[in-house]
Amino acid sequence: MSAQKMLPQSLQTNPKLSTWIKIRDDSTIEVFSGKVELGQGIVTAIAQIAAEELSVGSDQLSITAGDTRVSPDEWYTAGSQSIEVGGTAMRLVCAEVRCLFLSAAASRLGVEVDQITVERGTFSCPKGGSTNYWEMRDQVNLARSYSGNFPPKPHRSNDLVGHSSPRRDIAAKISGAAFVQDMELPDMLFGRILRPPALGATLESIDIDSLRALPGVVDVMVSGSFVGIAAAREEQAIQGLELARKKSKWRAAAPMPNPGETADVLRSMKSISSVTYTKGEEQAGTNLQRFTASYSRPYLAHASIGTSTALAMFEGERLTIWSHTQGPHHLRAQIAKAMQMDLETVEVVHRDGAGCYGHNGADDVALDAALLSRNCKRPVLVTWTREDELIWSPSGSAMLVQLNAGLDSDNKLVEWSHELWSHTHIKRPGWAEGINLLAAWHMDPPCPIPPAKDMPLPAGGGDRNAIPLYDIPRQQVIYNFIPEMPVRVSALRTLGAHANVFAIESFLDEIATQAGIDPVDFRLQHLSDPRAKAVIEAAAHAAGWRVGPLGNEARGMGMGFSRYKNQSAYCAVVVEIEVGQSIQVLRAVAAVDAGQIVNPDGLRNQIEGGILQAISWTLKEGMRWDIEGLTSRSWEEYPILRFDEVPEIEVVLINQPDMPGLGAGECAAGPTSAALGNALFQALGVRMRDLPLTPERIAKALM
Amino acid sequence: MPDQFTLHVNGAQHQVSADSNTPLLYVLRNDLKLKGTRFGCGAGHCGACTVLLDNKAVQSCDTPLWSAVSHQISTIESLGTPLQPGRLQKAFIELQAAQCGYCINGIIMAAEALLRTKSDPSEADIVKALERNLCRCGTHVRILKAIKKAVADQGGKQ
Repeated sequence: MSAQKMLPQSLQTNPKLSTWIKIRDDSTIEVFSGKVELGQGIVTAIAQIAAEELSVGSDQLSITAGDTRVSPDEWYTAGSQSIEVGGTAMRLVCAEVRCLFLSAAASRLGVEVDQITVERGTFSCPKGGSTNYWEMRDQVNLARSYSGNFPPKPHRSNDLVGHSSPRRDIAAKISGAAFVQDMELPDMLFGRILRPPALGATLESIDIDSLRALPGVVDVMVSGSFVGIAAAREEQAIQGLELARKKSKWRAAAPMPNPGETADVLRSMKSISSVTYTKGEEQAGTNLQRFTASYSRPYLAHASIGTSTALAMFEGERLTIWSHTQGPHHLRAQIAKAMQMDLETVEVVHRDGAGCYGHNGADDVALDAALLSRNCKRPVLVTWTREDELIWSPSGSAMLVQLNAGLDSDNKLVEWSHELWSHTHIKRPGWAEGINLLAAWHMDPPCPIPPAKDMPLPAGGGDRNAIPLYDIPRQQVIYNFIPEMPVRVSALRTLGAHANVFAIESFLDEIATQAGIDPVDFRLQHLSDPRAKAVIEAAAHAAGWRVGPLGNEARGMGMGFSRYKNQSAYCAVVVEIEVGQSIQVLRAVAAVDAGQIVNPDGLRNQIEGGILQAISWTLKEGMRWDIEGLTSRSWEEYPILRFDEVPEIEVVLINQPDMPGLGAGECAAGPTSAALGNALFQALGVRMRDLPLTPERIAKALM
Repeated sequence: MPDQFTLHVNGAQHQVSADSNTPLLYVLRNDLKLKGTRFGCGAGHCGACTVLLDNKAVQSCDTPLWSAVSHQISTIESLGTPLQPGRLQKAFIELQAAQCGYCINGIIMAAEALLRTKSDPSEADIVKALERNLCRCGTHVRILKAIKKAVADQGGKQ
């Protein structure tokens, strides 16, 4: 059925209306979402959509997200898909539910459907008479599949969607307990895990007795190379961990690659080459001006401010886990498998954690807590150390991108080749076969580390956004996939798009400059998508775009643009920088077209955050290591952006209320990084192609 | 053996039984159930655990219990509640100055320390007061605006 095919995946796999919504007997409506709050405001936005379509007040609606006991399985909350997929599913379901109740109200009130208005859940007829969802709840059976016969409201009648609804969670979070880290159960223990000193190291021996003798230590669990300690008090668990570190011996792992330039590190590893995209026929003999350049970014940490934490309760052969996972249903299945339990006996309940920006240790720590809880038959809250959060959470893969282009005599790009080197960008639990949870790899018997497999285009992993949106007749993408993983890698916000957009947008800038064309004009000359042009023009206009050094000081402006995944939000960013000892970003201006906007302030907040995080990545970040292992073990060895490095930010939103909503949470990162490199060139005339753009590298480039 | 301590927290006196070197953070969170003060690094680098000792911002993950006894300790819970937020909390809610929100309480406490000593701080004063605080979501611009708004709402005077 073709109409069915058009439905968002979430609704195809969860067609029953009652999976999504419940009319409660307390005059409220509860909706259920598989998309979880990660600090991006999604729960507020989805509640807005639901309240809008149901014609109820925000205060009459509650939302339960990511609870495997009651919520639909919506895969992961990732990839800027929550509004596009989860939000659309919720909109369609709630629209249908409103219409079903409308019909019921019509027969109850003895009038035609079109004579009824719905407000705050009450269905009224102007001639008198009214009823509401709650009076009719036994009359309308929601245990039926979505039919698609009832369209959502036209946007013009929207009261909630399109307006800045305040976040539902902020007031509580900034007053007291609110996160999974803050949970407590009666009889609960505090757990800490001793991780190997490096990826692949294995436990040789540990003095368990000395650990058990520590005050407050209730349980020491050793299984293979997995060591967990549970204690009555949190500081006692930490003391246990510190002693365990001293009292354990480890067999070293294979050495890390020699630290050095990202390009050398990646090229030193074996890769499998494949052409993942081609367009146009090769033409021999054309007289083209040729360009070539390589760009890179290092391994980047997710570096959440809160460390990964989970609470597990093993009780009567049933396991309940409270977790800040991005994929509760996947985690549930993986934990059941790793612990050899029936799926039905395991439940995962999402609770908010610190922002994750992709696949961090949230899932791993859930298994840590589950194992300890089963071992000591008490609820256990396990919290990772800062060091574990930095070195054991997966990093985003380092990448190398080599670009080649041909420009014809009319200054038109006619050939473009994008060759990249990368590890996988997705190794989430539940993605591909095997078990992707740390403790499962460490315990005895160990589950094998599953082979790496990246996400294919069109969404793409390493090659996400490797295809430029520009009108270039002949293009190819070559992906040199590196299966080996000396650093544990998985999904970091944007996957490969960050490095690819940095490379493409830097390269375009270089070509424009050499051709003597304003880089903004050059972009516009190669674009036919009006929405792409509109964001570029809007950002340039709002920023007061100027080429070349600005004034006497080493100031300059740069631009970057992309459409995230070539199918989600459009974003152009202009930055203005001043270069002294280091790059000071003075101003960042972004223009974004994310289709229909659900919550303008929420969208702005995401764009602002994306810009600042990308400034941090671009100017400061990169995992460090020596041959024994990663050395970025604290904030001192993994510095991120600080308050004195923050620019002014302006975000221009281009609303398209008649268009579908487009995922926007990740769209600003690539353009921001490219804009910084391009601004540096405008300011100093020096082109830097390898991230991060640190003061040492700038000084070296200027020599 | 644990020792007995008397702590003055948020205007009330509490008896605590714990090892004298226990980081204040865990006593606040686990003994006194004041969970708004959060663990971030355990090394005083990120500021998520910032509380006030008298009127000074300190990192409670790095403050041993014994050193806190003679001081007036203030945590985020002393500033307000979701229904009755304090001046800084109110400004943060109004400007939606949070993404994940995990770092915010430490930031608000650092700002509170500043406002207690300087009722009309400059932007540079605010940035300086946050030199020990990290935010990963990139909410910095809103955070700075929210603190300035809290100052403005007070008319720059306490």
